[in-house]
Amino acid sequence: MNETQDTAIALDHVSKSFGKKQVLRDVSFSVARGEAICVLGRSGTGKSVTLKLMIALLKPDAGRISIDEDDITQLERKELSRVRRKMGFLFQSAALFDSLTLHDNLALPLRRLTDKSKQEIEVIIDHVLGQVGLADDKGKMPVELSGGMQKRAGLARALVFEPQILLIDEPSSGLDRITASEIDDLLLEQKTKHHTTMVIVTHDVHCARRVGDRFAVLDQGRLAALGTPQELEHHENETVRMLVGES
Amino acid sequence: MTLFGLKVIANVFRFPFELDQIWSQMGEVGARSLPLVAASGLALGVVMTLHTRSTLVTFGASSMIPELQSLSFFVEIGPLVAALLVSGRVGASIGAVLANMRATEQIDAIEALSIDSFKFLVVPRVVACVLVMPLLTTFMDFCGLLGGFVSEYAMSHLSLQLYVTRAFTGVEWSNFIPPTLKTAVFGFIIGTVSSFFGYSTNEGAEGIGRAATSSVVVSSLLIILADVILVKIIFLVFPESAI
Repeated sequence: MNETQDTAIALDHVSKSFGKKQVLRDVSFSVARGEAICVLGRSGTGKSVTLKLMIALLKPDAGRISIDEDDITQLERKELSRVRRKMGFLFQSAALFDSLTLHDNLALPLRRLTDKSKQEIEVIIDHVLGQVGLADDKGKMPVELSGGMQKRAGLARALVFEPQILLIDEPSSGLDRITASEIDDLLLEQKTKHHTTMVIVTHDVHCARRVGDRFAVLDQGRLAALGTPQELEHHENETVRMLVGES
Repeated sequence: MTLFGLKVIANVFRFPFELDQIWSQMGEVGARSLPLVAASGLALGVVMTLHTRSTLVTFGASSMIPELQSLSFFVEIGPLVAALLVSGRVGASIGAVLANMRATEQIDAIEALSIDSFKFLVVPRVVACVLVMPLLTTFMDFCGLLGGFVSEYAMSHLSLQLYVTRAFTGVEWSNFIPPTLKTAVFGFIIGTVSSFFGYSTNEGAEGIGRAATSSVVVSSLLIILADVILVKIIFLVFPESAI
């Protein structure tokens, strides 16, 4: 298999600005199929923007972003929709639809985008909610769920299409260490059992070291370092060493 | 905002037609506005009769009270007041809901799930407003007549049968149909303006309040402006509707 076939996500000289503020400057890196890469960096360095660019929620000002072999910066809505079906996105705030029950949050994309019968949809929902330990809570509204439960519910929704690629924004933010560890376990399970390609934006080095194969460190909108945790521990850039260090 | 409105029109006729969403929004916009529209119609009906009665009695024309009441409501009061009430209740709600969805990344989540958020969230709300406004206006017209009857009955013990007969004596279909149908345009304005402010905002919690306020202010202003234009058009197309 050649390198292109092995690459799930590729950013090629990507830049992005909001008004006069340049958030990403000429960022290039790729994620191999089945690999988990953690994006680290100080607040405001463009980590979440990178994630949103990968699923075309934002468009880059320059550069190319490929998912498998599709350049998503050039795709029409219909084609983009096909590419997005391969991807799951866990938002920092979980972003559950607050007017729908947990069950309906998961059922909505299945009802709209697949031809599955009601029974088949119920089986998928039960299975996915079982995976994240929320099988008994499917009738609850998002507001009735704790922060950790909302994160798990968001993850369940991201998993309903059995995505090949999972984009995860701050999986452990606002959670206690134990709950955060439970989320990490779910991500690890997804990675090892289903070989899902993952890009995880996080500030939590414990999570990053447990789940990530490689780290991409952003500093002032530039890719400051890319490598395994061991490689980056002795990196010449002090910010990189501080972000990657365990203490 | 004009482009936003044109995008709505273009998307209405594009598959999928979002019938479930439209039905659900019709409940939200229509059924939940009924108490407000009914109460306002009744109160306005009573007040209108109280105001006009003393003047008409002076000229010995008290028998014209029901007709004046029905024409006032059918031609102008019903359509305009119903639209302004709905713009306040529904416009603010649509603006705030969509702005909140934007602020909490729910709209991004819809897009990430490969669902067209514009088609799913905006188009059904606008269509619901367009369909429901004429119904709410008709409801308001008849509540206004009922309020007028209650007031008149309290003053002169006029029978319901006579009140209804007099109320519809001088009313033509052209006094009722075109003014009621013009509220579909008001519905389009309410739905489009409030969706525009809610869907386009990206300013967090502060933006939610601003979207709600702007939705009400701008849609109310545009309704009043559109009313002037539409009344002129109605007079041109249906000259017999001029009172």
